Amino acid sequence: MTKSLPSVTIVRRVKAPPAKVWAAITKPELMMQWWGPDAGPTLRAEADVRPGGRFSVVFRLLNGEEHNPTGIYQEVIPEQKLVFTWEAPGMPEQESLVTFLLEPIDGGTRLTLLHEHLPDEARESHEQGWNGLLNKLPVFLGVTEWAN
Amino acid sequence: MDRTFSALADPTRRAVLLRLKEKPGLSVSELARPFSLKLPGMMKHLDVLSDAGLITRTKTGRTVSVNLSVRPMREAMAWLQRYERLWTVSIDRLVALVEKDDA
Repeated sequence: MTKSLPSVTIVRRVKAPPAKVWAAITKPELMMQWWGPDAGPTLRAEADVRPGGRFSVVFRLLNGEEHNPTGIYQEVIPEQKLVFTWEAPGMPEQESLVTFLLEPIDGGTRLTLLHEHLPDEARESHEQGWNGLLNKLPVFLGVTEWAN
Repeated sequence: MDRTFSALADPTRRAVLLRLKEKPGLSVSELARPFSLKLPGMMKHLDVLSDAGLITRTKTGRTVSVNLSVRPMREAMAWLQRYERLWTVSIDRLVALVEKDDA
């Protein structure tokens, strides 16, 4: 059902074993080293990695803005799957869900990151998924010309 | 904002938005024509788009003209862009970190 909601998916082949990738996404001292949308620093990371445990990361952008996404771990399968909710205080958005999938492959790990919206109410059925909309994205990117 | 994405999940409604982008201010019956939809069917689609804040309807005499509303689409795009950037950069750094010793 969540397939038809907006989402960001990133898939990478990583030349490191799942155990090492798992450590990087669950150990605060390692999380501090990669989180953030630019070269700005990660200031704090908390990770109580068990279902119901809390997640919190504070990072500062190069422009000085600080962000503090927080959430609750939903699913924890060591070296395979990590799912947590995502709330971004101060952002005009609803709670969303982040999933990390780790699969062992020859020479390392296949890492999948999925960030998707949570359904916020009963929905009508969708004939076409979000992927269908993504195909039309270039059209919507012209959105600033729409001003009326 | 989820309402926006939900509204956009339907191909007819997306087509309506694209038509309105080309021709702002079309009437309900002009909108319904190419879709071989009866007026009530089109009205239902317009209700969904209107609830999502994607269109506005203005009544002039007996004609209702429909126009695009920009803000929700912009918010939806901002969400995607924000998180695409966050995760692309973060995952790049994550990969670099774990591959550092094992390369």
